[in-house]
Amino acid sequence: MSNFTKYFTDLFSGVKSLLVGMSVTGKYFFSPKAIVTQQYPENRKKLKMYDRYKGEVIMPHNEHNEHRCTGCGICMVNCPNGSIEVISKRIDAPDGKKVRVIDKHIYHLSMCTFCGLCIKNCPSNALVFGQEFEQAVYDRAKLTKILNKPGSTIIKGIEE
Amino acid sequence: MTFNIYDLTTFFQWVDEFLRGAMAPAWAVTIEWVLIGLGYLLFFAVMGLFLVYAERKVCAFMQNRIGPNRVGLYGFFQTIADFVKLMMKELIPIKQCDKFLFNLAPFIVVIVSFLALSAIPFGPALHAIDLDIGILFVTAVSAMGVIGYLLAGWSSNNKYSLVGGMRSGAQIISYELSVGLSLMTIIVLAGTMKFSEIVELQAAGWFIFRGHIPAIIAFILFLISSTAEVNRGPFDLAEADSELTAGYHTEYSGIKFGLFYVAEYMNMFIASAIAATVFLGGWMPFHITGLEGFNHVMDFIPPFIWFIGKTFFVIWVIMWFKWTFPRLRIDQLLTLEWKYLLPINLVNILIMSFLVLMGWHF
Repeated sequence: MSNFTKYFTDLFSGVKSLLVGMSVTGKYFFSPKAIVTQQYPENRKKLKMYDRYKGEVIMPHNEHNEHRCTGCGICMVNCPNGSIEVISKRIDAPDGKKVRVIDKHIYHLSMCTFCGLCIKNCPSNALVFGQEFEQAVYDRAKLTKILNKPGSTIIKGIEE
Repeated sequence: MTFNIYDLTTFFQWVDEFLRGAMAPAWAVTIEWVLIGLGYLLFFAVMGLFLVYAERKVCAFMQNRIGPNRVGLYGFFQTIADFVKLMMKELIPIKQCDKFLFNLAPFIVVIVSFLALSAIPFGPALHAIDLDIGILFVTAVSAMGVIGYLLAGWSSNNKYSLVGGMRSGAQIISYELSVGLSLMTIIVLAGTMKFSEIVELQAAGWFIFRGHIPAIIAFILFLISSTAEVNRGPFDLAEADSELTAGYHTEYSGIKFGLFYVAEYMNMFIASAIAATVFLGGWMPFHITGLEGFNHVMDFIPPFIWFIGKTFFVIWVIMWFKWTFPRLRIDQLLTLEWKYLLPINLVNILIMSFLVLMGWHF
């Protein structure tokens, strides 16, 4: 391509790409519905969080107070900050074997960086991110949470 | 005594006669000067604050945000609050700077904006000085702002400031050419440099329509080069936050920074006002020959509103540029001017001269 034609093709392709950019911002300017800002304290009642929001680590329980945690401790080993402690115990199963169940799944919210490694590495998908984000408390001890509810058991069929 | 909002000449004549009747002519003239000065000062402050607010709102909408919305209705008083904050902030003295030039620089920038503003016609009779060489005066004066930027950069004794000031100088020297040539294209068509005559000539149709394609090209070139001349994005190399912290005003604090800031917005207003006056008919209403009813409705809107509306449209376009395009590098900036804008401008002015010579314009 000669320099002469290159000059003009550069000019017109440049103008065209600028116009594409201007059409995007122009469209945004005239579409107030596209605004994504949440006016937080005012819309607290109907605030809707996004699914991918990383609020805190929780362990979901079903309606029979059953969770999916086998107490393997992979989350505890993977946590870079040591914010998870899994205390498990071995109990006698009805068929005579010794079975490991969790006693306490302790989660220190104050040390968590919400990296999500515990959730990614859990082999039985026992942990998920919750949507709660208003975590301000007056006592630091309240940030240490026990994720398994009292008296909860594991869902049958999860173990190994 | 009846006053007409469409033409304030009678009102100003009445004020003049009243003052001359009440006191000696010398005093009357002095008081008129003071009144005009106060009017411009007030306009400068209010328009500067409003433009800062408008910029933040426009920028927010273009980025899918809301923008300032806490101080007053729709955050309308946000910039007033900011201004009060700036007034109360400490003016940090800089050791080993050139104190005199350091303090002088913001005033030069503001005075230059004032001078340029004085020649802009806001409406019939709303015009401080109507020079025969109005356009030449405005372009000459507005280019003097670079002295303020260079002084600010030099006297701060700071490398960032100096680089910012030098960039600003290089930029204005190059882009002043394009501004002048694109305005000259219209001067060729109009045959006059007087702002009032240019506006009067556009009663039959705005120059952007009357001049065919060369006028439209000149309008676009003027927009680009005046954006560069007022140091706004995408040509804000003189500030270049990411490279130079704040460029030439890095060392300024408090209201001295505020003066630079307001002057920048006022320069944008002046550039837009010139574009609106020269290309879009100034305070002249929009007329279509043959549609009498439509023309009457357009005449019903006061000229001042027409002028401000057109100016705000151009300001909005300049803001649209700023919040869409990424900042250019200094070599790209100079390439754009010397290899693209200037040759296009020269060819454009030639085409326009040919059109005028042959009488092919409207």
